[in-house]
Amino acid sequence: MSDIKKVATRVGYGTALVELGRKRDDFIVMDADLAAATQTGMFKKEFPDRFYDCGIAEQNMMGIAAGIAATGKKVIVSSFAMFAAGRAFEQVRNSIGYPHLNVIIGATHAGISVGEDGATHQCCEDIALMRTIPGMTIINPADEVEAKKAVEAAIELDGPVYMRFGRLAVPVIFDEDYKFEVGKGVELRHGNDVTIIATGLMVNEALEAYEMLKNEGISARVINMATIKPLDKDIVIKAAKETGAIVTAEEHSVIGGLGGAVSEAVCEEYPVPVVKLGVNDVFGHSGPAPKLLDEFGLRAPNIVEKVKKAIALKK
Amino acid sequence: MDAAEKRELEKTACKVRIGIIEGVHSAKSGHPGGSLSCADILTYLYFKHMNIDPKNPKAENRDRFVLSKGHAAPALYSVLANRGYFDVSELNKLRNIGSILQGHPDMKHIPGVDMSSGSLGQGISAAVGMALSSKHFGNGFNVYTVLGDGEIEEGQVWEAAMFAGNKKLSNLTAFVDYNNLQIDGTIEEVNSAMPIDKKFEAFNWHTIVIDGHDFEQIEAALKEAETVDKPVAIIANTVKGKGVSYMENAVNWHGAAPNDELYEQAVSELNAALKALQ
Repeated sequence: MSDIKKVATRVGYGTALVELGRKRDDFIVMDADLAAATQTGMFKKEFPDRFYDCGIAEQNMMGIAAGIAATGKKVIVSSFAMFAAGRAFEQVRNSIGYPHLNVIIGATHAGISVGEDGATHQCCEDIALMRTIPGMTIINPADEVEAKKAVEAAIELDGPVYMRFGRLAVPVIFDEDYKFEVGKGVELRHGNDVTIIATGLMVNEALEAYEMLKNEGISARVINMATIKPLDKDIVIKAAKETGAIVTAEEHSVIGGLGGAVSEAVCEEYPVPVVKLGVNDVFGHSGPAPKLLDEFGLRAPNIVEKVKKAIALKK
Repeated sequence: MDAAEKRELEKTACKVRIGIIEGVHSAKSGHPGGSLSCADILTYLYFKHMNIDPKNPKAENRDRFVLSKGHAAPALYSVLANRGYFDVSELNKLRNIGSILQGHPDMKHIPGVDMSSGSLGQGISAAVGMALSSKHFGNGFNVYTVLGDGEIEEGQVWEAAMFAGNKKLSNLTAFVDYNNLQIDGTIEEVNSAMPIDKKFEAFNWHTIVIDGHDFEQIEAALKEAETVDKPVAIIANTVKGKGVSYMENAVNWHGAAPNDELYEQAVSELNAALKALQ
């Protein structure tokens, strides 16, 4: 295991910004005094004249971004997920979402894996909040490679995009040939007994769960759902029809995130059991990120457990 | 500004005020008081000052305007209609289903509206972003915004002011429509933001205090604004409900529409004022 390359998705984000900056100069990057942490600092270092620090004022930053976008220019703004989606929710909703402006929100330090900073900074509500804004695209990459490709794709989109990145270094699971498409789930493993739909750092856990299940004779399908909105309903309904049970896995509240989105789609079109793995409507606390993921049940064995529950619920 | 030009602006402002009353009366809701108080400022900006073209409302290098106090939408709509962005008859559809004229400004559907606004405190940030964009990309346009005096109780206004002052956004001018009334009472009673000019100065803005109903003072302030290397706050002393006798300085006309009888009275008063100018 030790030879597996581990990189935080936020690093993929920062790297992609620099690469984009070398290709085009029609966008501005902004941060709210967290450039070193969000990794927009990489862009700031190479393109200091194209980077603006708004200071610790996320609400104003969202409004400034809206104003820049309203002049027909592109803009990428960063903060921690807690402050981007949480504190500045109404600015994102009214100043960016309502006029459907081309603002990319690069939200880092999402989820419980923020670690030692504790509950005030561990945002497990951002996907739920952002999902309720009409026209918002939500992308939660699984690894560094997907993070880079997602940023490149997002800047070509029309309308606001919420991108969710993590602080913790996680295994790089895709190679550079990996094809990312906004709004498309990707089947990473084929199976017929059950489908695991995972997002973010839970994708790697789902791949491990696949192997564990295989050893027990259970054939699991694994889907990486990087784009949570618009949800790839086709791949979800196909999985519901072909495998008859679904487990969702996300480092986010079980309320309103990927599990919510999948449940809504399945309930309306082809009801099958959907068992959600996520943060169980509780606040986090301080500790090393890997230990928190263990404690909060965001690991492959937890997925296996949920898979068995889902299969048991099948008629 | 010569007397004839001033008279023309005053006549236009009368027509703008009639449009405000028409719209709010037709909608049976809306915010006439704060629309009437900023009507002269908006009239001057759109009829005299800003580099705009109603035939080309999306021109890249046009000056931008953000109505940060978005509830004064009837004033903005009336100014835009009278300026030729859309037909004046649209004003009678204000706030109706199927109308482009939403209760608060909607940039996606209303010709001439540069930014959606209405949630207080947010418009000035957007105006700051536009001013930054203009400077960064070298477009060279200016940005104007109008804030309410109640609106500046929002913390976001001061976040925006701090940033604009720090970045020396000299292409940004913010009017504060200081009519001294907000929904729950006078500004002092509710939560005083006074002294307004001193606050903006503390955030490294240049400030000018004027009578917001005097076109000569509005013009002089905007000329002065062009000479300073800072964002400019123009504190405009205004009368809420200006131009309609029973609405003037009356807080109950912040967000209420006149009935048919009071509508007739308002329109006849404004028509009389218009006639007196002709």
